[in-house]
Amino acid sequence: MTDRRKLLGHLALLLPPFGWLTVFYLGSLFALLLSAFWQVDSMSGEILHEWTLDNFRILATDSTYRVIAERTIGIAVLVTITDIILAWPLAYVIARKVGPRMKLVLLVLVALPLWSSMLARIYSWRLILGHDGVLNWFLRTAGLPEQSFAFTNVALWIVFTYLWLPFMLMPLVSALERIPASLPDAAGDMGATPFQTFRTVIFPLAIPGMAAGSVFTFAVTLGEYVTPMLVGGAGSEFIGNVVYSNVGVSGNIPFAAAYSMILLVVVGAYMLLARRFGAFDGA
Amino acid sequence: MKGFSALLLATCCTAMMAQAYAADLPTSVGKGEGDLNVVAWEGYADDAWVKPFEEQTGCKVHRKYVGSSDEMVALTRMGGGKGFDVVSASGDAALRLIFGKNVQPVNISLIPAYADLMPELKEPSFNTVKGVHYGISYEWGPNVLMWNTKTITTAPTSWSVIYDKAHTGVITVPDNPIQIADAALYLSHTKPELGITDPYELTQTQMDAVVALLKEQRPLVKKYWALASDEVDLFKSGDAQVGAAWPYQANTLRAANVPVQDTIPTEGATGWADTWMISTHAEHPNCAYLWINHVMTPKVQAQQALSFGETPANTKACAEMDATQPGSCKQYHADASAAYFSTIKFWKTPVKQCGNGQSNCLDYAAWQRAWQQVKQ
Repeated sequence: MTDRRKLLGHLALLLPPFGWLTVFYLGSLFALLLSAFWQVDSMSGEILHEWTLDNFRILATDSTYRVIAERTIGIAVLVTITDIILAWPLAYVIARKVGPRMKLVLLVLVALPLWSSMLARIYSWRLILGHDGVLNWFLRTAGLPEQSFAFTNVALWIVFTYLWLPFMLMPLVSALERIPASLPDAAGDMGATPFQTFRTVIFPLAIPGMAAGSVFTFAVTLGEYVTPMLVGGAGSEFIGNVVYSNVGVSGNIPFAAAYSMILLVVVGAYMLLARRFGAFDGA
Repeated sequence: MKGFSALLLATCCTAMMAQAYAADLPTSVGKGEGDLNVVAWEGYADDAWVKPFEEQTGCKVHRKYVGSSDEMVALTRMGGGKGFDVVSASGDAALRLIFGKNVQPVNISLIPAYADLMPELKEPSFNTVKGVHYGISYEWGPNVLMWNTKTITTAPTSWSVIYDKAHTGVITVPDNPIQIADAALYLSHTKPELGITDPYELTQTQMDAVVALLKEQRPLVKKYWALASDEVDLFKSGDAQVGAAWPYQANTLRAANVPVQDTIPTEGATGWADTWMISTHAEHPNCAYLWINHVMTPKVQAQQALSFGETPANTKACAEMDATQPGSCKQYHADASAAYFSTIKFWKTPVKQCGNGQSNCLDYAAWQRAWQQVKQ
């Protein structure tokens, strides 16, 4: 009797989140998949519920969409790698070199930008990189040649790297913290140089942290469309921008659905890869 | 109220069968319902004339601004078209809204200013289908070439400057499939062998040539602007120095002391002719009629013309314009508008049927795909 009750209790606990996920998450994904096989009447804007593979045919044959997908994935990879490189020194200091009080101060400083609106932070980069912006003012004052990164893919790369750096840093800090101090000590006792210790002990043990961080930086960059819109220029379209303009501008939801399938597949594949590197093992 | 909406819906459906019964149109404008949802071009619902309207009628105006006809069409169709009452559609959006049954016929006898409209705009093909009026023409104007006079000291006279490598990285053009027509208009002068007669009626061969030109232009473009305010920002910061614009941006920039000049180049220009239309599902039809009657008065027509830099459809607006800004009636061609009107290639929705009886032209879906290829 009590067992039965317990079971019912567990079920009751599970039902709300499961129901939520099924209806709002899986349900909408299914609707997305379904509408990818429909079409839109260009004049009246009505969705024609006739099965067609036209959307996928256009995606496969028109090189435009391949170029945009490659750019999206390429920049996402680049941003992830840059964030890993930038996060390492700071994460190492926070996790292993400073006392608890200093650690708290540094972590708060890292998280501080997240308290302000993302849009405000993106716009501030427009002011920094603009032709008459802060950066050029500095360069001019220092007598250096001016840059023209504004509205280019370089600007995208810089802004994305800035935006998602905290999301790489945090998991890396927690991964480094969890390495017992005895391990590098033991390596030292065995005669390993500091670099050897880093290469063979610390770095491998931090891989799950990097993998977890990269899930954020990669997946979030991949699905972005606001940053390309605001700081990107001609030839900075992301998959998200094509989806956005098909939904919000040309009203072609079926085509947008078909194109967004690429995101789903790429992120899915990346998750599997990240899992192999231990991104989801404990936290 | 429900009955009235149903009546309007019925009206529209009947009209779509090419048979409009005057009896189905509203016969009088009642008291305002208290709210009015407006979808409009940036700068089309300015406080200067919205505030007096709200005070006079008690209709509170809720605005949504758009930067392209596509965005306008998408916005009016969202939620089954129930989210808006009136929309200021350009010629290329108006037909799509009529065929999509998103807008309802209007009773022109309830709009006194109709009698004063320019003859060309009383029943233009983009808002009047088979004798049924789906809106009232509002204002019209050209897409101009704008440049920063400080960096480009000799005034350009041809659209060729926005395809010129000399201006790499400082060009900006609208992010809008209809921009293809600008390039087609330019090619109709520089490459007459393509045989482009109407920039909105392009065959696949002609489109290929236009897309090739636009793809060559892409590396020169700093940014494709989506909202007028984007372009204003680009010129303010110096990131863009020459580009395709509306007179509105030029006015705004000059007001902010940015040294810009604008012109209609020798090849001519594309342009817009806008129509106020009422939603099929308008929840505030009285406010909608009150709004149209308000914005069609000579005073508001003049205010709109001066703030945006365009020409009013109401011929009585001329005196009001000169009263506010002497000489402006002539400057914006509100006096001798017929001749000027015919020089502008007005936006219209590209369809398969070319004007010459052939049906091998590309429809708008093909234009949208081509524009995506250009932007990549």
